[in-house]
Parts: sequence; structure tokens; C-alpha cells
Amino acid sequence: MTDTRLNDPITRRLFLKRAAVGAGALSLPSLIAACGGGGGGISAQTGAGGASTEVKQQLADTLVFANWPAYIDKKGSSRPTLEKFTAETGVNVKYIQEVNDNEEWFGKYQAQLSQGQDVDRDIVVLTDWMAARMIRLGYVQKKDKSAIPNEANLVEALQNPAWDPNRDYSLPWQSGLTGIGYNPKFTGGPVTSVEQLLTDSKLKGKVTCLTEMPDTMGLVMQAQGADPTKVEPAAFDSAIDMLQQAVDSGQIRRFTGNDYLQDFPAGSTWAAMTWSGDVAQLQSDTPGLEWVIPDDGGMIWTDNMLIPTGGDVFTASTYMNFVYDPKVAAEIEAWVNYICPVEGAKEELAKIDPSLAKNPQIFPDEETLAQVKLFDAEAADNTDLKEKFQAVIGV
Amino acid sequence: MTFLHRHRWATPYLLLLPGMAFLAVFFLVPTYYLANTSLQSGDLFSGYVFSWAWENYTDAVTRYQAQFLRSLQYAGLATLLAFLISYPLVYWIAFRGGRWKNLLLLFIIAPFFVTYLIRTLAWQTLLGDEGFVVQTLQTLHLLAEDGRLLATSTAVVAGITYNFLPFMALPIYVSLEQIDQRLIEAAEDLYASRVMAFLRVTFPLSLPGVFAGTLLTFIPAAGDFINAQLLGTPHQSMIGNVIQSKFKVIADYPEAAALSFVLMSAILVVVLVYARVLGSERLTG
Repeated sequence: MTDTRLNDPITRRLFLKRAAVGAGALSLPSLIAACGGGGGGISAQTGAGGASTEVKQQLADTLVFANWPAYIDKKGSSRPTLEKFTAETGVNVKYIQEVNDNEEWFGKYQAQLSQGQDVDRDIVVLTDWMAARMIRLGYVQKKDKSAIPNEANLVEALQNPAWDPNRDYSLPWQSGLTGIGYNPKFTGGPVTSVEQLLTDSKLKGKVTCLTEMPDTMGLVMQAQGADPTKVEPAAFDSAIDMLQQAVDSGQIRRFTGNDYLQDFPAGSTWAAMTWSGDVAQLQSDTPGLEWVIPDDGGMIWTDNMLIPTGGDVFTASTYMNFVYDPKVAAEIEAWVNYICPVEGAKEELAKIDPSLAKNPQIFPDEETLAQVKLFDAEAADNTDLKEKFQAVIGV
Repeated sequence: MTFLHRHRWATPYLLLLPGMAFLAVFFLVPTYYLANTSLQSGDLFSGYVFSWAWENYTDAVTRYQAQFLRSLQYAGLATLLAFLISYPLVYWIAFRGGRWKNLLLLFIIAPFFVTYLIRTLAWQTLLGDEGFVVQTLQTLHLLAEDGRLLATSTAVVAGITYNFLPFMALPIYVSLEQIDQRLIEAAEDLYASRVMAFLRVTFPLSLPGVFAGTLLTFIPAAGDFINAQLLGTPHQSMIGNVIQSKFKVIADYPEAAALSFVLMSAILVVVLVYARVLGSERLTG
């Protein structure tokens, strides 16, 4: 696809995977930190939520922005849009690429957040269900909407998620799709349905699914005709059975983060559930690789900007307003290649790079969007459901 | 100074102080919190509260027996393999390495300058189904045509062995290095064959190294989860994978803590039995 993309071997999801593994090594210390409060557990803390009237409309000197790796425009060692923000507002940006994994980030700061302590982050970017958890636990603050007139540019489909119906706390950063990638050289033909992926004996032992429960279960549920946007326990269980059979029969080789990036070129994986943002990387490593949204429907997910407890609401809101300017959004998009949540960015991007603006993985058309669903955020964080899924993947 | 002169008895205690303080801060206190957490009940949203919830332990033992046993098996096998591979290797370096000793040792350690994770990820490519290793083994009919190396128990055990090899090799090297050559010569002067001299003199004198190497390999290997995650399938998951999932994904901190305690106790028992059999008192003097 784009040069920037192909030249950058480290994608956000690759980092996610590597760090997810590394994070485990931190488990014990984090575990200790998690109970540092003397075993009192987590006390629900309301943060400064709802205090938008008290927000002082004065910019801080520095904005601390915690984001995923390789998730913002870059030119050499500089980040042009961040520099532009500093030039326009005088606010320096401390950009930290520390979110490698939703759960890992949560585990790292949970102890402090549960005590209502400042974590010294003005903005953090987290995926839907984790954003929902942060809001539910009262670990985040309301945005100052008066400072974000550009929020009007938010695409309609993302305006009212169930977990933050008026977008009081969150604002999308980027979205991505989950579908099927396959290597026709080995599969001998297209693999376009989850049913085929999980049962076609030609693919036995050469199939991988994702360790992210909403992605894998969302696809399997749709294959069974169930609705992943509103998860019914019976439908979930039936999807679990289908998945378990595929594990027991040896059809599914293993569950991955995006280490499918290693498995495809090595010929170990022939067909797998994969993320749209990795398509460019996959196609450069595995020529001929195809990526499709499954016949029965794919998944869409969104990463959201949030203001954690202690963050400067006005400064953070001012930055959110800045990135919702279609021109700025287009600049970021030209580099990150995920799905842009800002209306008007497509037209602006056409001026920078017309071919990118036509890419359906960055600006999916109506038809594509009709084929993908958002996983039930509450179910995504439901302990029982998560345990059932973890049991299938062997733990 | 004068204080120390007047209270000579205090010197050893003062010398012990830094170590004790370290143990207290980095072992005792965390262990206390871990124990406390392991007896809590509740959930992430309403909070976890201490309640003598022993069921965390019964649950841990009954539900995850398979993974516990698998961890001990894999770790035991990997330790044995690491011993069989590294003993002849470091024996040769210690006695025949000459002036290349340090360089050869560096070769053992060099791969470990690369991060654990990256090394294991590299194995995914190395052992890939269409990769050089598998293709060669298939050509030689050592592996069935549709066989694979990756995503098998073999791959997981091999990965653990590889990743912990230096922890076995280095202690054995040190104890072999320190052996007084004259003892071996004396044995040979007394008409011991070379094999006998090795069995009666060299090997027993290297046992402290073997003992240390075994512990350094077995203990972390039993808690490892990266090899099972990257080189295995759901059928190879180890107890480390379960603990990671409980802590990170499910956010069931008490159960994760209980599992960690059970793992610690299981390892302790295995190590005590091992020490008993090998006679650690004889080893450590």
C-alpha cells in the first residue's frame, strides 16, 4: 500500500503481541502492586466525572499522551502533527508509546487509579471494551465538550456506543477490522467463511484464531447466525462448542496475537483470523496473500482517547479538537493506515495521496461497513464469558 | 569504629543487614501481599475483599491439575536435556579449552544477549512448516510428510531447554574448572581407567555445579509460559499460561495468587526431594 507502511516493519499490533507476552513477566510485581493497598481491594472511585463546569479553561504547559506504538504520523524522528499542535497552542507534547496491550496497561495503573491517584497521563488510547471498563470504574474524567467543536466531525456510526452513549468521556482515535487472511498458494482456493476455516479438512493444523476474545468469538458467532453486538449466553456457548471442536480435532493450530506475521511467511499458517491494519505487512511478507471479510460478517473495533483521573481536561480536550480537524486527521491517516473516524478526512487525504483515499481498509464504503459488527462491550469484559473462552485456548 | 570495637558481636549481624533488608522488602512483603490476595474474594468491579477464601486454592488445584503436571513434566525433561547437552560441552571447554576457554564460554552466552522473547519468536520462523529444518527432516524421512515441529510438545520442551541452557552450563563449568587436576592424575596413577577416574573423581566433584544448575534451570522453567504460548498449542499450555491469563485477562487476582502459591509449593517439594536424594549437605559442605 503506502511506502511509509511498508518501510515500517513494526506495526501497532506486532508491538501489542510482543508486549503482551513480555507483560506476563511483569505479572508478579504488578500483582503485588495491585494489592498494595493492604488487601482492601478496589474501591470504586468517581474521579472528577461530571465536573465539567469546574474545568478551568487554561492550557497546561505539557500534554502527556499515552498511545500505542506506530500509531501516529512520523517523519524521521519528528511527529509533524504533534509539532503543529505545539506551534498552535504553545503546549508541549510528551508522547509516550506505552500502550502495548489493553490489559497490560490497565494492570500497570490499576492500583493507582483505584486509589484515585494521578497517573500523570492526560490522554490514553484504549480499545472499546477497556474504555467501557475505565468509565464503569470511574477512572476517567468527562471531556470539556465546549473545547471540542470539531467533535461534530465524528462519523455517525461511532457517535453513540452503548458504554458511552453521548461520548461524554471518550473520542475515537482509529478503528480497524477483523477478517480472514489466507495464502492461496497453499489453500488452493479462497477461504471466505469462518465455517470453512474451522471445518475444512484441507486446512487441518494450518489455521490460527485470535487470542482477543471479541474478535474470535464475534466471527464465530456470526458464522452461526448469532448477533455479537448483543451477546446471548446460549449463542455464546454454542459458538464456544464450535471453537472447542475445532481445537480438539486439531483444525486450529493455535491462538495468536499478531504473531501470524511470522507464521504466514514460514508456511505454518495457511489461513487465519487477522486484523486489517496488518494486511500491508502480510502482503509484503507473503506475496499473493488475500484478506477478506468473512461471508457471514467481520468485526470492527475502535481505540478511544480517554482522560484518566488527574489528567488536565481542558488541555486534553483542546488536543482532541485539534485531531478532529479533517486536515490533521488526514495527515495522521496517511501514515497509520487504519480506519479514520473523522468526517472530511477522506477529501483532505485525497489531496495528499489520492490512492490512499480510495483504500477501502482506510475509508470503508457503506457496503463494507454493513458487513462488520461491533462486539458487545459488556460481554467483552464479562468474567464468565472470558473464562469460557480462555478454557478453549487451553488456560 | 569504636562502636564496632566495643560490640564485636554485632559485626556479623551488621554484615547480614543489607541482605536481610533486601529479602524483607523484595520477598517477605510481596509474599505477604500475595498470600493476602490469594485469600480474597469478589470481582473487579465490586472490589476484592479479604475473606479467608480457601476455595481459591481448592479451585486452583482441582481445575488446573493437567497444567500443573505438564509444567513439572516439561521442566523436568528440559532440565535433563539441558544437563545432557551442557555437561559434555563445558567438560570439554574446562579441560580442553586451553586459551580459548573464555571465547568458547562467550559463545554459550552470546545468544542470550538477545531478548528471550525475540529468540523464541525466531524459533517460530526457524521451525516453520515450510522452513529449512522441517523440510530437511522430511527429506531424510525423520519426520512424516505432513508432520510438523512447531506447535508440538517437542517444540515447547526444546524451546525451554534452549532458553535455560546457560543456567545449567555455567555452574557446571565453574565446578569443573575448580577441580584440582592433580586429583585426577592421582587417580590415574593408582591405575584407575579414565572412565573410572571420571566416575569416581571428576563427576562427584562437579556435583555442586550440577545441583545448582538443575535448580537454576528447573525452577524458572516450571513457571515459564512464553515457550508454551509461542511454540505450543492449547494442548501444551503450562501453569504459567494459566496464571498469566487469570491475572491479566480475567483479572481474577485472588485465583492468580493462589495458583502462584501452589506452584511455589510444588516446586519447593520437588526441590526438597531432589536435594534429599542427592544429599545437599554433602554437596554444600
